[in-house]
Amino acid sequence: MSGLRVLAAMSGGVDSATAAARAVDAGHEVTGVHLALSANPSSYRTGARGCCTLEDARDARRAADVIGIPFYVWDMAERFHHDVVEDFVAEYAAGRTPNPCLRCNEKIKFAAVLDRAVALGFDAVCTGHYAQIIDGALHRAADPGKDQSYVLAVLTSDQLSRAMFPLGDTPKTQVREEAARRGLAVADKPDSHDVCFVADGDTKSFLAKHLGPAPGQIIDESGAVLGHHDGAYGFTVGQRKGLRVGTPADDGRPRYVLDIEPVTRTVTVGPADRLEVTEITADRPVWTGCTPLTEPRDCLVQLRAHGEVHPCTAHLDGDHLRIRLHHPARGIAKGQAAVLYDGDMVLGSATISGASAPTSLVPLR
Amino acid sequence: MRPEAIAAMTEELARLGNPSSLHAAGRRARRVVEESREQLAEVFGARPSEIVFTSGGTEADNLAVKGLYWARQETSRRVLTTSVEHHAVLDSVHWLEAAQNAEPTWLPVDATGTVQPDVLQAALAQAPAALVSVMWANNEVGTVHPIPELAAVAREHGVPFHTDAVQAAAQLPIDFAASGADAMTVTGHKLGGPVGVGALILRRGVEPVPVLHGGGQERDIRSGTLDTPAIRAFAVAAAAAAASRDDETKRITALRDDLIRQVHAAVPDAQLNGPPPGPGRLPGNAHFSFPGCEGDALLMLLDANGIACSTGSACTAGVAEPSHVLLAMGADASRARGSLRFSLGHTSTQSDVDALAKVLPEAVDRARRAAAPPQR
Repeated sequence: MSGLRVLAAMSGGVDSATAAARAVDAGHEVTGVHLALSANPSSYRTGARGCCTLEDARDARRAADVIGIPFYVWDMAERFHHDVVEDFVAEYAAGRTPNPCLRCNEKIKFAAVLDRAVALGFDAVCTGHYAQIIDGALHRAADPGKDQSYVLAVLTSDQLSRAMFPLGDTPKTQVREEAARRGLAVADKPDSHDVCFVADGDTKSFLAKHLGPAPGQIIDESGAVLGHHDGAYGFTVGQRKGLRVGTPADDGRPRYVLDIEPVTRTVTVGPADRLEVTEITADRPVWTGCTPLTEPRDCLVQLRAHGEVHPCTAHLDGDHLRIRLHHPARGIAKGQAAVLYDGDMVLGSATISGASAPTSLVPLR
Repeated sequence: MRPEAIAAMTEELARLGNPSSLHAAGRRARRVVEESREQLAEVFGARPSEIVFTSGGTEADNLAVKGLYWARQETSRRVLTTSVEHHAVLDSVHWLEAAQNAEPTWLPVDATGTVQPDVLQAALAQAPAALVSVMWANNEVGTVHPIPELAAVAREHGVPFHTDAVQAAAQLPIDFAASGADAMTVTGHKLGGPVGVGALILRRGVEPVPVLHGGGQERDIRSGTLDTPAIRAFAVAAAAAAASRDDETKRITALRDDLIRQVHAAVPDAQLNGPPPGPGRLPGNAHFSFPGCEGDALLMLLDANGIACSTGSACTAGVAEPSHVLLAMGADASRARGSLRFSLGHTSTQSDVDALAKVLPEAVDRARRAAAPPQR
């Protein structure tokens, strides 16, 4: 399909610039938009680990000029702060491990931006995400190392129907080559990593700044106090580093964070095998271009960004998604997304609210 | 750019010579520069020796504000100006305050954006000042300030009076001598000349401390090799603009008044910002607030329909920031953000105005929908 009015979100990076260029080649009427998401865009960071600095806005504008499309900057800083940054902090405060990229896609890129775009007469929003839309369903990208279907699996069918991912079929190295051929100066710009609004990558300090000291105890599963911490938000289930527990465990094995209880600010640690879970509960399922599960289904589940997939059986229980892993997995954190796949096709996603160890109950099937 | 200005500039580009040099090529270039200077002096009601060439309006404003402050700071550190000035004046004053111990007094404007002479009188009666700077006409909402009256007040108190006439020179007859101002900024591109050249007109005896030091050009006031082609094009454009001004003004005023009428017909609740059409307002300027819209969404929609307008002045475009001019006039941030300026110039036609009126209702409707948060 060509001739659509497409809003290309341009971050100033090579992916979104190339995606916008491809949308033009595909015959669409493209307008570029840079989302000003930072409350403090005047900080320059070379070799940006973060994103959306003034330098990025200029890079995006330059790319739009080279491609030959109109370009605007939309100020979404307030909305981004409320929907993504504050949510990030609140989730950690509640003892969960959020994925802000997911939240940004869900609330900003394919919500606030999409809504505004549609109101202004656009048909679709185009981004540089690595994912594919095939027959209305979300699929992994051709480049498995860059696949971002995990963070896009929060999109509803409605949102997906107005999304465009021109890079999904191309490996990243080829995208850079293409950008260079097209004369886009950002061809050599390094990718941003980590959380875009935590400039130096130090999430713990960022959280400490927002939440303040919140000391509590570090205990083992018997309740014995092993040490203290100055903020439970600095921990994630499955974490091994950073546990300042004075004495080694009796059995000499390394300790891992098993649980974070935010109200009492208690962090429970234990040996690796205590991390193992097979039963996962996840809430607020979204069926990304697919029909909701009506009966239990064998499929694959991915439980972390860049995590491996686990064979499982999933079924819908009211508003909850129950996932039984066929083999135990470790370090499953509440707040992360559980994304169900059938091969490379995304079935849907939900937010992990609980995970438990194997039981001796009769299995589902 | 006016075709005759392009032609003049192109001709000069082929014959480059440094007008400061003593050799034949330099002499030829200097003759062109001096003839241009005389031509511009005549257009602006000044003496040739009062014209100091710069790289444009911004540089001239910087030279006037900073240079006059530095020349006068032993007498006083007070700088009197308005909050509706162009950023070239505003930011220069802010910098002087932050880095050079200047003490700005921001003269208040009324609801039409005008500084009244009694306001300046009251401010100067309190204490001496290093300088006063008030723009001749405002580029956003078209306010024409009572410059001769304001300059007279400053003169009474022995304070140099600078006026940024960049916007005004394009549409109004400007007579430097008659105005009573001590310093005046003009620029080429507003007159259909090239970008990159302008002038600070300085009354004899008014000597700002230079911003640019170097070869001592322009009587040591502004060093730097003169851009002969641009200067010639500036003079040709200014002369052409002056020659056609009366007819142009009549034509543009009528077009602008029709634009206002058509906008009100298309969007009944649109509010005209600035003074009512008449001698107090630039002939080609119209500026509206569209309740419930974001100006940048509206601009995008109009742009997509081939209509060019502006949310703030060109230099503040980017992320939508409320216009400092509207805020100074008492508008709240949301009204300021929902505003657009429509300027008419020598290339504007009736069909441009008609096209705007045709496209506006749907654009406003969409921009209103884009501004309202959806149910989610």
